[in-house]
Amino acid sequence: MSEVRFGQAINRALSDAMAADPSVILLGEDVARPGGPFGVTRGLLEKFGPERVRDTPISEAVLAGAAVGAAMTGLRPIVEIMFMDFVTLAMDALVNQAAKAHFMFGAQGSVPMVVRMPHGGGINAGPQHSQCLEAWLAHVPGLKVVCPATVADAYGLTRTAIADDDPVIVIEHKALYAKKGELSESPAATPLGRACIARRGQDATIVTYGAMVAVALTAADELAHSGVQTEVIDLRSLQPWDDSCVLGSLAKTHRLIVCHEAVEAFGVGAEIAARMADAGFDELDGPIVRVGAPFVPPPFAKTLEDWYRPDAAKIVAAVNKTLS
Amino acid sequence: MSLTDAQSTTGQLLELYRAMRLVREAEERLGALFADGEIPGFIHLSIGQEAVSVGVAAALEKHDTLASNHRGHGHAIAKGLELDRFFLEVFGKQDGYCRGRGGSMHVADLSIGMLGANGIVGAGLSIAVGSALAHKLRGTGQIAVVFFGDGAIAEGVLHESLNLAQLWTLPVLFVCENNGWSEFTESARQLATDPQRMAAAYKMCALNVDGNDVVAVAAAARNAVAQIRAGEGPCLLECRTKRVRGHFEGDAQKYRDASDLAMAARSDPLTRCEAQLIATGTRQPVIDKINAEIKKRIDAAVAAARAGAPPAPADAVVDVYTVSRELSS
Repeated sequence: MSEVRFGQAINRALSDAMAADPSVILLGEDVARPGGPFGVTRGLLEKFGPERVRDTPISEAVLAGAAVGAAMTGLRPIVEIMFMDFVTLAMDALVNQAAKAHFMFGAQGSVPMVVRMPHGGGINAGPQHSQCLEAWLAHVPGLKVVCPATVADAYGLTRTAIADDDPVIVIEHKALYAKKGELSESPAATPLGRACIARRGQDATIVTYGAMVAVALTAADELAHSGVQTEVIDLRSLQPWDDSCVLGSLAKTHRLIVCHEAVEAFGVGAEIAARMADAGFDELDGPIVRVGAPFVPPPFAKTLEDWYRPDAAKIVAAVNKTLS
Repeated sequence: MSLTDAQSTTGQLLELYRAMRLVREAEERLGALFADGEIPGFIHLSIGQEAVSVGVAAALEKHDTLASNHRGHGHAIAKGLELDRFFLEVFGKQDGYCRGRGGSMHVADLSIGMLGANGIVGAGLSIAVGSALAHKLRGTGQIAVVFFGDGAIAEGVLHESLNLAQLWTLPVLFVCENNGWSEFTESARQLATDPQRMAAAYKMCALNVDGNDVVAVAAAARNAVAQIRAGEGPCLLECRTKRVRGHFEGDAQKYRDASDLAMAARSDPLTRCEAQLIATGTRQPVIDKINAEIKKRIDAAVAAARAGAPPAPADAVVDVYTVSRELSS
């Protein structure tokens, strides 16, 4: 075990995957010589050379499209989109090409590509550099979407995504890059579609992912002071998501809160709530409560952004609401 | 020219004619079947543009990769797709190339590098660029080819693709089928530039040929491919051609002048190729025999497609991912 930062764990996963498989390549704006806008790809150019680690022009559309063509021709490309907000420029390649090729061509071949992108606020980056748009991608049949919350999963989900034969979107919360955590000397891959229970409790279940896991754990600690024991589920994968884990927890606690930094309306939480209102109907002893951002773009000023992002107090209030 | 050379030239011309006739016969049949309601959805025919797909395909090796577009029947057939599975797919049958999930706009055969027709204008360019990057990094000597219409010049991803391909010296041939129409509007009303100036803007090698002269297209494509395979980077091959049919079947083309359509008919690449064959000593019965053989092949493919079973809905859910998921929806 050693203590590393979240971004370093991703770097190690990229490095290990590239060392293990010469068909893995890295494409992105400023990923090679500058080492990535958040330093995640630092040192990879020196290790693997300019053929496999490539600085690209500011051209998200061709980057994603080229990854599709490269993946159909024997490579396993990893594309970095500098901020998730810029995925808008790559949507055709992801939605109409990568997601559909395996199905649309009658399972003739696969598109083993990974697209990494940081989401989320907390650094006052404003409306076009702070969004959490994962629901768009999770809505598209053919894409897989993961979002790690811990250092171990930052490594493990990145390795799993690269090894997967389908297009996988890896969403990294930019506020997590500098967080430290334990990483084993020979770290394990994290299985896709499996949640983990970050905290055990029997009074209510909070389902969340990414940077909100830590916020939910803070809320759980506060609630524990007043005798409420909440279970916190870290989804890890958003598409596919581990409904059996959530259902199992609900069968124990009978109360459900779904929390994410993304806008609440039409979000990942809406899907989880709808599914549990159906499959888990008999288990529910209270309303399913969602905690997400209000239906406004992420604002810039610190006072506004602090108001905008869900915090522990909002989660505590949501738990109390479903318990009351 | 020695006798042997002349024979070989005639032999090559006959092969080009045969390939064009196959595309033409297939598409004329598709048009009729569509009009009769036997083919669902949309089809876009490339009648009048066969010299482009056939001339370029003649310059390719089997494992070169090809990205196509919505008007892609000619590219697919010229690349060597099996007729039966092609027709089965366009009919929406289980044994089609895509198991009935794609149809005319998504026919693909990855085993021979045909990376798919495409319903999104301009999308094939970026796919070809990525495929070319894979060829280059894998050192296989293969090249990638993409066919796009002049209408795609207005798409942003086209410019990103040209820039990246030239910047990275990628082995990709950009074939612009310049038929003058962007769906229902003259391209002149949509484009502020033209393919030659555009290529020059990216410092890219560009060729410009009469796209209805199959010999000229094949010769230009061979030159371009040789240069690309030698590692000199991408090339743009503009083929000036004419779209005979509407944007899609069922489009009455009321927006086109009769003179424009008449000119398209006069410059028909098959008629021109036939005349060349006759002028170089091929007898008409030889051509008639080829036509009859091809008609038979298409008859057989259509019969097979009609007899094919439609896909069952249960078959659709299994291939959204490479391994069926255990969890979630």
